[in-house]
Amino acid sequence: MNHLVLEGVNQTAEARTAIERVFRAEYGRVIASLIGSLGDFELAEEAIQDAFTVALERWAGDGVPPNPAAWIATTAKRRAIDIWRRERRRLEKYAALDEPAAIAEDHVAIYGDDHETLTDDRLRLIFTCCHPALALEAQVALTLRTLGGLSTAEIARALLVPEPTLGQRLSRAKRKIREAGIPYQVPADHVLPERLDAVLAVVYLIFNEGYSASGGELLTRGELCTEAIRLGRALLAIMPDEPEVSGLLGLMLLHDSRRAARLSAANDGPLTLEEQDRSVWDQAEIAEGRTLVEHALRRGRPRPYQLQAAIAAIHADAQTSADTDWRQIRALYELLGEVSPSPIVELNRAVAVAMAEGLDRGLALMDRPEVAGPLDGYRWLHAARADLLRRLDRSTEAAVAYTRALELAENAAERVYLERRLAEVKARLRA
Amino acid sequence: MKYLLLICGDESRLNNGARTEAWAAYTNDLVASNKILGGERLRPTATATTLRVNGGNRLLSDGPFAETKEQLGGFYMVEAANLDEAVELASKMPHLTDGGAVEIRPIWPMG
Repeated sequence: MNHLVLEGVNQTAEARTAIERVFRAEYGRVIASLIGSLGDFELAEEAIQDAFTVALERWAGDGVPPNPAAWIATTAKRRAIDIWRRERRRLEKYAALDEPAAIAEDHVAIYGDDHETLTDDRLRLIFTCCHPALALEAQVALTLRTLGGLSTAEIARALLVPEPTLGQRLSRAKRKIREAGIPYQVPADHVLPERLDAVLAVVYLIFNEGYSASGGELLTRGELCTEAIRLGRALLAIMPDEPEVSGLLGLMLLHDSRRAARLSAANDGPLTLEEQDRSVWDQAEIAEGRTLVEHALRRGRPRPYQLQAAIAAIHADAQTSADTDWRQIRALYELLGEVSPSPIVELNRAVAVAMAEGLDRGLALMDRPEVAGPLDGYRWLHAARADLLRRLDRSTEAAVAYTRALELAENAAERVYLERRLAEVKARLRA
Repeated sequence: MKYLLLICGDESRLNNGARTEAWAAYTNDLVASNKILGGERLRPTATATTLRVNGGNRLLSDGPFAETKEQLGGFYMVEAANLDEAVELASKMPHLTDGGAVEIRPIWPMG
C-alpha cells in the first residue's frame, strides 16, 4: 500500500479499505492503460497518485463508487490533462509538442470493459519495463512498481536497498525510457522470443530473490515469491499461447509449494528436499503447477522453464525422498543440457546421475574440468560434492568441500545448514 | 527521434578495406529507406588531436581523449520512431559480425 498517499488525510475506514484494495488490485491495470494513452510514464504516475489522493477525500464523504477502478482511471486521466496543460504553460519545450492522443480525444474512455485493449496495454507495459536497454535491477524495480503496484518503500524493503537508492533507480529508468525513446510497444516478431526471455528472466529473478534471498538474513522473503507468481499469472493471462510462460508459472508454483517445508523448526538453515516434511507441501500449488507444465509440454516446444518445471513436478510426485524418479530427472536434465547448455545444468545432471546410477558416477561427472572449472566459485558445486562425499563415507574430503562451500555462502541460513553438515562429518571422523 | 549511431570497435579491423562494399550497401539501404540524416567515416585515432584548456592555456595532445581498447570509427545520424527502430537500423552494420559495437545515443532536441 502506498503510504505517501494515505498519510495525513482524514478518511473513513471504509474508504481507506476500498482504496487499499483498488490500489493493490488495479494499480497495474490502471497505470498500463494510462501510459498506453498518454505515452508518458511519469505523467501517468503523477496523475494516478493524485487520483488516489482525491479518492481518499471524496469516497470518505460520498461513499465508494460502484466501479472504483474505473473511477480512479477516469479521475487520473483528467488529472493528467491538467498536469500536462500546466506543464506546457510552464515549460517552453512542451509548447512545441502535440498533445498526447488521449488528451486531444477527450471522449475516449480510458478504462472500460474493453478487455482486449487492457490486455494490450499491460503487454506493452511489461515489454517496456523489461527492456534490455535498462539495467536489470531497474527492470526488476520498474516491473514491481508498475505491474505489481508495490510502493517504493515496499520494493526497497523487499530488495534490501535503501529507499532513496530505489527511488533514484526508478526515476533514472523512467528518464531513460522517455529520453532514449524506449517504446511502449510489443516487439516485432523477429525479436519477440529474445525479448520474451528477458521478461521471463525478470519475473524469475524476482521469485528467486524471494526464494533464496541471496542477501540478508532471512531464508525467504515470501512476499517477493507471491508477487512473482502474481506477475506470472498476469503474463499467462496476456500470453496464453506461450508455453514458456506456463512453464515459468508452473516452475514458480512448484517451488513455492515447498516454501514452508524448507524452513526448519530449529531455524538451522533451509532443509534439503530429502529432509523436508512432505506433508507440509502445498498440494494446491503442486496440482496447479503440474497441470501448467503438462499443458505446456504438450505443445512440443520444450524450453528451459518448462523442463525445470517438469523436474520440479517429478520431485513433487514422490511420496518420500526415496521414491524420487531420478532416471526421469536425469533424462530431463539431459534434454535441458541440449536446449540450454551450462555448467550449472551439468552439475544438476551429475546429481541426478549420482542418485540414479551411483554416487561415484555422479561425482566423476561433477569433477570434470568443464564443470568444476567454471563453477569453482559457486557454493552449490562444493555443497553438492560435499553431499556425495558424505554419502560415500569419504568424510575427510566431505569436510573440505563443506568448508569451501561455507566460505562462499551468501546468507546466514545457508551458513547454518552447511555448518550443521560439517559438524556431522566431523563427528563421524572423530568416531 | 534523432539518434546518433556511433560505430565502435577495434579500428584496425573497422578500417580494413574488405568491408568497404558492405558499408556502401548499408548506407544505400539507409538512404533508400529515408532514415539517414547524415554520417561520416573517421580517419584512424592516429590522426586525432585532443584539446584541453588549463588556466587559459591551450593544451594539445596527440591521440584521442581517452585511450580505449575500442575506438570510434565513424557515425550515422538517423531518424527513428523509437529506440527499437534505432536498434533495428544499427543491427545491420557490417562490423557487428566481427566483434564490433554500436553506441546508440538519442540526440537532445534543440529549442
